[in-house]
Amino acid sequence: MKYHAQVEISLKKGMLNPEASTIQRALALLDYQVEDTATIEIVKFTLEAEDPDVAREEVVQMCERLLCNPVIHDYQIQIETAGD
Amino acid sequence: MKVGIIRFPGSNCDRDVFHALELAGAEPDYVWWNQRDLSQFEAIVIPGGFSYGDYLRAGAIAAITPVIDGIKEIVKQEKPVLGICNGAQILAEVGLVPGVFTLNEKAQFICEWAELEVRTNRTPFTHLYQKNEVIKMPIAHAEGRYYTEYIDELSDQDQIVLGFAGNNPNGSLDAITGVCDLEGRVCAVMPHPERASESILGSDDGLKFFKGILDF
Repeated sequence: MKYHAQVEISLKKGMLNPEASTIQRALALLDYQVEDTATIEIVKFTLEAEDPDVAREEVVQMCERLLCNPVIHDYQIQIETAGD
Repeated sequence: MKVGIIRFPGSNCDRDVFHALELAGAEPDYVWWNQRDLSQFEAIVIPGGFSYGDYLRAGAIAAITPVIDGIKEIVKQEKPVLGICNGAQILAEVGLVPGVFTLNEKAQFICEWAELEVRTNRTPFTHLYQKNEVIKMPIAHAEGRYYTEYIDELSDQDQIVLGFAGNNPNGSLDAITGVCDLEGRVCAVMPHPERASESILGSDDGLKFFKGILDF
């Protein structure tokens, strides 16, 4: 089976996010007053696996080995069936 | 002494490091990212640059290339390894030094001279300096803010190599801008000693980093 995988990579709670604070300050320049701005990186791909659990396990490995840095990142994985 | 300089697509301080190593009296040679056998070298330097375009995170992709296996072997053989700037980010991504160098506090690229404090001189690269000596070397990075969850351990285990002496331009934890492994043989520093290796460059304070390898 083929599965669509989506990995959302975010900074751990409490970590400084300079990109988000810059965006928030830029929005303020346009007179939009917003709070709690955050940025999330999304990586999407399709992979072949026996079932959704196997697919998820493989994506977890990818996160641990390359996609995320465990010192600063949290990640969320979504797996959807893509058909045969 | 033969010293290997690792080249990735996007490395750009390789030739500067080559020149500085020659000035120090070493015999440098280049090594590509896909070479696994580094046994001919007595020490390794990973130079700065933008390996793999800094995609994903600075150093993340270089950290999984075959040459890293060779570097781990060098570490096992107790030979010194120095990562400068992008090289430091790579060593942190591999986990050969603790913590991470991430986006600067003000999300901008900083390129300027910095006053630095040598916080430990037990490493091959800093043993020619006095402990707490203040030296001048340039920094040039967007992802140089040091962060670790284990700051107390780092301090207790004498793993902090360099700190900013004056202001802390990138917001690094405890103004740290260079760390080493437990043994002190693997060093990761954000400032560029090779860009401060001749007085004509504005400072030759960095040359001892390379001279230090030779007689450790």
